[in-house]
Amino acid sequence: MTFTLYNYVLSGNCYKIRLLAALLDVQYGTVAVNFHPGGEHRQEPLLRLNPAGTLPIMVTSDQTLTETQAMLVWLAQHYDDSNSWWPIHDLDTLPTVIQWLGFANRLTSSIGALRQHTLLNKPADASTTRAAGIAALRELECRLAEQSIRGEQWLAGKSPTVADIACFPYTALSPDAGIENDDYPAIRSWLHSVRSLDGFITMPGIHELHQMRDPAGASAGTLRDHHG
Amino acid sequence: MNSMKHARQYWYPVAMIDELQAGQQRDTQLLDTRLTLTGDDQCGLIATANEKALLVTQACDHWWVTLCDTPLPIFDLPEAQEHERRFVPCGVVHVECSPLRAVENFLDIAHFPFVHTDVLGAEPHTEVYRYDVKVDESCDEVIASNIRFFQPQAAKSAEGGIHTEYTYRVPAPMVAVLYKTCPQKPDAWDVIALFVQPLSEDSCDVWPWMALFDNESTLSELIEFQQMIFVQDRSILENQIPRRLPIDPGIEIPTKADSTSVAYRRWLKQRGAYYGALAS
Repeated sequence: MTFTLYNYVLSGNCYKIRLLAALLDVQYGTVAVNFHPGGEHRQEPLLRLNPAGTLPIMVTSDQTLTETQAMLVWLAQHYDDSNSWWPIHDLDTLPTVIQWLGFANRLTSSIGALRQHTLLNKPADASTTRAAGIAALRELECRLAEQSIRGEQWLAGKSPTVADIACFPYTALSPDAGIENDDYPAIRSWLHSVRSLDGFITMPGIHELHQMRDPAGASAGTLRDHHG
Repeated sequence: MNSMKHARQYWYPVAMIDELQAGQQRDTQLLDTRLTLTGDDQCGLIATANEKALLVTQACDHWWVTLCDTPLPIFDLPEAQEHERRFVPCGVVHVECSPLRAVENFLDIAHFPFVHTDVLGAEPHTEVYRYDVKVDESCDEVIASNIRFFQPQAAKSAEGGIHTEYTYRVPAPMVAVLYKTCPQKPDAWDVIALFVQPLSEDSCDVWPWMALFDNESTLSELIEFQQMIFVQDRSILENQIPRRLPIDPGIEIPTKADSTSVAYRRWLKQRGAYYGALAS
C-alpha cells in the first residue's frame, strides 16, 4: 500500500490528491469520511489523526499528513521520476510553485467555504467569502494572462506542477458557489489545459472534456480514452 | 385553486430526525415563508412561521412540516417499516433550481451514461428501452415500471456491470421514490427517495434518503455514493432554462425516453400543482 486517503467525495481538497494520484498513476486505499451530514472529521477517532479537524488526511507508511499541499509534494516526490511536478532541481521555478501552493489556501478559504455554504448549507459569511473569492480569481487571471503572454500555459515554469493541481479544484468549482468563471478567459484556457492532461479524472461539479471522434477513425469507438 | 394554496396542502422535509439538539435553533424557508426550527427536550421539533406553530410529523428519518391546518395525509412508504433494510438519510443538498425540476431529473434515465458516466450508465449502452408509465388511479400517483438499463456500478454494493430494473413512484409533487434491482439480493428492491423542500419556486433543499439491503458498505460509503450521484446532477439542474418546469406541451419537446417526465408534467397540470412550474 502506498498510502491511505481519508476522503470525502465532494471535497475539492480531497480531489487534489485523487487527481494528482491519477495523473501519476498511483494506486492507494481510501476511507470514506461522513463529512456531511455526519461531521465525522470533527469527532474522534479522526480528530486524533488530525487535530485540525480537516480533510483530507493522508497516512503513509511512516507519517500522517494533514496539509493538502504537503500531500501533493509527497506524491510528486515519491512517484514523479521526471521531477517536473515538484521541480526540486529548478530553483528559478520552485519559489513560484510554493507561492501558488500558498495561494491555493486563499481559494479554499473563500470559494471553498462559500461552496460549502451554497451546496451543503454550512455556515459562512456569504458576502465576505464571495468578495474574497472574486479577488482571488482576478489575481489568478492576471497571473495566467501574464504566463500566456510569455507563451506559457501553467502557473509556474513550462510544465504543470503541484501548484496547478492545488489551484485547480476550487477555481473549477466556483460555479457551485455561485461565482461563474466565464469572465476569466485565461482561467478558462488553463482549466481546459488541466482537464486535457493524460489521466485526468473528474469529480461532481467538474466535467470531463467533450472529445471529438478522430475523423480518420483511428480512435473511433474510444471517445473517452482519457477517462480513468 | 392557486398554485401556492395547492402547494401548502402537502408535507415537506425540513430536517433530519436527530439534527437539532434540545434548544438548538435553525432558520430555513418553505414555500417563500421563513421558518424557525427548534429542537425540544423530548427529542421533538418545533417549527414556527410568523410566530405560529406548524404541524410537524416524522417520516423516513426526517422531520416534515406543513403550512396548512388541514393538510393532505403524508405519502405511504411501506419499505420504511422493513427493519432488515438499512435506512440512510444522506443530508441536505441545496440546489438553485425549481423543486419540480429536481424531481423530474430524478425520474430521468436517459442522462445516466452522460452525467453519471461509468457508474449509472456508460456509452455505448445509452438506449432507454420501452417502459410503462401510468397514473395509478387508486392512489393518484405517477408510476413508471419495467425500466431496464445497463449500469456499470448500479450501487455501492455492485461489483461490475449489471442490467438494472427500475420502478418509479411519484406520490406527491415534490417526492419521488425509485425501486431498483438490489445487487446483493436479486429478489428484493433497493429504495432510493428524493424528498424536496421547496424554498421558493426556483430554489430548493433536497434530502436524499435510502432504504437498502447492503451489509458490507459503511454508512459513510453509502452516503458518499448517493451524494456523488446527486451532486453530479446539480450543476446541470442549475443551468436549465427556463428555471421553472414548463408544464404545457410544446415549450420543451420530449422523446419516447421521456415518457415518465411527460406523465409527471401532465399529472402536475391536472391537479393544479403549478408551484415551481412555468404555465402559459
